[in-house]
Amino acid sequence: MSEKLLEFKNISKSFYGNQVLKDVSMTVKKGEVHALIGENGAGKSTLMNILFGMSAIHETGGFEGSVMIEGKEIKIKSPHEAMDHGIGMVHQEFMLIPGFTVTENIKLNREITTDNAVSKVLGGRLKGLDYEKMNHDASKALNTLDMDIESYAQVAGLPVGHMQFIEIAREIDKDGIKILVFDEPTAVLADAEAENLLKAIRRLADKGIGIIFISHRLDEIVSVADTVTILRDGQHIATKPISETSAADIANMMIGRAVTIDREESADRQISDEVALKIENLHVNMPGERVKGVDLEVRKGEILGIGGLAGQGKLGIANGIMGIYPAKGKVTFNGKELPLNNAKQVLRNGVAFVSEDRKGIGLLLDEPIELNIAFTAMQVEDKFLKNFGIIKMQDTRAIKEHANKMIKDLDIRCTSSMQKAGSLSGGNQQKVCVARALTQEPQLLLVSEPTRGIDIGAKKLILDLLKQLNEEMGMTIVMTSSELAELRSICDRIAIVCDGTVAGILSPTDSDTKFGLMMSGVTEFEEGGNE
Amino acid sequence: MLTERKKLSFKDIINGIGIPTLIIAAFFALILVIAHFYDLSVVTLLSDTVKRAGMNGLLVLAMLPSIQSGTGPNFALPIGVECGLFAMVLAIEWGFTGWGWFGVSVALSIVFAILVGWAYGKLLNAVKGSEMTIATYAGFAICSFMCIFWLMLPFKSPNMGWFIGQGLRETIQLDAVGADMILNNLLGFWIGEEFYVPTGMLLFFFLCCFLVWLFFRSKSGIAISAVGSSNAFAEASGLNVNKNRVLANIISTILGAIGIIVFSQSYGYLQIYTAHLNIAFAAVAGILIGGATASRAKVSHVIIGVFLFQGLLTSALPVANQIFAGTDLSEIMRMIIQNGFILYALTQVKKGGK
Repeated sequence: MSEKLLEFKNISKSFYGNQVLKDVSMTVKKGEVHALIGENGAGKSTLMNILFGMSAIHETGGFEGSVMIEGKEIKIKSPHEAMDHGIGMVHQEFMLIPGFTVTENIKLNREITTDNAVSKVLGGRLKGLDYEKMNHDASKALNTLDMDIESYAQVAGLPVGHMQFIEIAREIDKDGIKILVFDEPTAVLADAEAENLLKAIRRLADKGIGIIFISHRLDEIVSVADTVTILRDGQHIATKPISETSAADIANMMIGRAVTIDREESADRQISDEVALKIENLHVNMPGERVKGVDLEVRKGEILGIGGLAGQGKLGIANGIMGIYPAKGKVTFNGKELPLNNAKQVLRNGVAFVSEDRKGIGLLLDEPIELNIAFTAMQVEDKFLKNFGIIKMQDTRAIKEHANKMIKDLDIRCTSSMQKAGSLSGGNQQKVCVARALTQEPQLLLVSEPTRGIDIGAKKLILDLLKQLNEEMGMTIVMTSSELAELRSICDRIAIVCDGTVAGILSPTDSDTKFGLMMSGVTEFEEGGNE
Repeated sequence: MLTERKKLSFKDIINGIGIPTLIIAAFFALILVIAHFYDLSVVTLLSDTVKRAGMNGLLVLAMLPSIQSGTGPNFALPIGVECGLFAMVLAIEWGFTGWGWFGVSVALSIVFAILVGWAYGKLLNAVKGSEMTIATYAGFAICSFMCIFWLMLPFKSPNMGWFIGQGLRETIQLDAVGADMILNNLLGFWIGEEFYVPTGMLLFFFLCCFLVWLFFRSKSGIAISAVGSSNAFAEASGLNVNKNRVLANIISTILGAIGIIVFSQSYGYLQIYTAHLNIAFAAVAGILIGGATASRAKVSHVIIGVFLFQGLLTSALPVANQIFAGTDLSEIMRMIIQNGFILYALTQVKKGGK
């Protein structure tokens, strides 16, 4: 049991001078379920990419440290080599061909073949398939998982949970599989299916396969894993046997940043009790960020943060309100119901949006800064236009004047207001997005991931700007961000979204443990009141 | 330091115009030089260039709205062209002549083009992602459909019918209705013996260019451009992407319809049936040579492109005939340049409807 199967030794990796892994070591033993946990960007995926020899690693200069399998150092240069070493991966998204049967999917490219007259003449590619043997193998693999699926069924009609098992069956059917990586395997499964999966994982481990289990769900980790390794900001924080730790402990280590509350409460700043925005039972069908029934109230004049892990639906809320993805539910703004799936009406009602997708939704990259800034206000509110009766022409001078004012106010670094938005740096692009939102003179500003992909200096500027808008103009702001530290630095309250719903609302001064647990979907540790 | 700045600006100018455009321009100049040495009249060639550019100008201009709206160059130009042809035929049948004929043709063609362009725009919205392919087939299909239509028309005008049987002739002479070169000759004048300036036609072309330029500075025009650059951005700003695409293609169809009227009066003949089957390709090549891409275009691209491309076509033919007597090389060259350019531009198109 204690045999070392896989060993990472002092792994470091940087992308273009940006260190993402610092001296990480980790050992997976035979028959062990080893959980790997960390926030988004903690370095889990990079570590796995190194294990699989992904080209993204080699093309950026390789890595430092060594990877050892059964005591021997190996150099893996491609995913194919990783497979030869007995390393398998169960993907988060299913990589199955819907029109093929279960057997065909499991055996794809590893078919058992028989000779026939044609193949003897024209070569091995034309050999026949031995379905009987293949079905037998497939059934065996499925039985190992205790799954009762007919191996001749087509994948297309099967429930999601079954597809996950077929993926696993494909991996364990491979000869000499030693290590199996599960990347958030339960993300798309219902509770009962997830439970089955965890049981199957346990069974596989008992057969002597080493399992690396990546998940955000702390309760799962506690129930299935033997050992847990925590990464944070590319650093190895701890490796502990599960029996010596707890969900709260893990959560604390996962977040564990010294929080700086640099929000000095100015005396004249008042948040009224008046509700500006009321969201009731909002469902948004945004791929990868599905919202499944959110209730939330935003008070006039506050900065409300929306946090949570990637894929849990926090980004879907603002996108749903703004009509970018199909939504249903009820959203009331200043006592008036906002029509959903109607961007124009929402914008007209004084709600502005700075999207997380800066290059796609946020900007017209090939157009000058001035048009980018003026565009929404022009189209929605008929600003910057001269009316000639039948046709409304743009007021070039007014646009330029306004753009120059914004460039000065927000300190947008550019050669002129005619510079194309696409040629600006990330931080300056973000300022253009904010400028466009401000041009609408909104009463409510929705900001999503305002500092994503921006260097540290510019981050502070953007956050200061939001704070300033809130304090000086009394603008109500809803800020969605993956960076908890950022939310805690400027928000009044922070709603944590987990699995498409609001798990709870915390104060920025609450403990790391509380944040960590709530983000990971553990609810029983909270002080009452949460259903 | 000063020289460095100058250098940079020179490079900027080259990049601004675009290297393909410069190559074609150099090639055009080269042909004119060769023509001079073969004792061909360069002035006549230039005069023809101006005339052909004026004839084709609106057809090239028709590419602009559809490119800006993100549906790509309007390969379905024949749809607009057939609207124009039908309008002209109707105007002849109803007995209009001269300016009356021209005015009625333009007015009718606009009406037809709005209706047909609207339906065509709806079609494009149903096939997002493969607009250019669908447009090409739609253009071919409408031509074939109209072939049947021309034969079935129960028109009585002796100017248009076959001498025996039913239907319209392949080529209808416009001098019979007093409309031959009617726009060209408006305020037209000779410079010297060989250079004729078709003032009316050029003014009409530039007027249309100006109107289109103005339109793309209006609220609707800017909305169309935004839809073309980024559907997601436009939607997030509350624009109706589909409506804007339809509007752009209506405008494109109208320009195509008026374009063929201008073309026909300058040519002196009204050609129907399959004469204009491939008309879109020359127009697409024209705007691309002018520096446009399949996703972005300006009025300046239209003007530069139509003069360069038509110049090349008009002057290459006599020069090639001089050098390689008895061959059809100039037509082959035309095909290579025209289709080569379309091919080049299409390889630059980014995949998907965003």
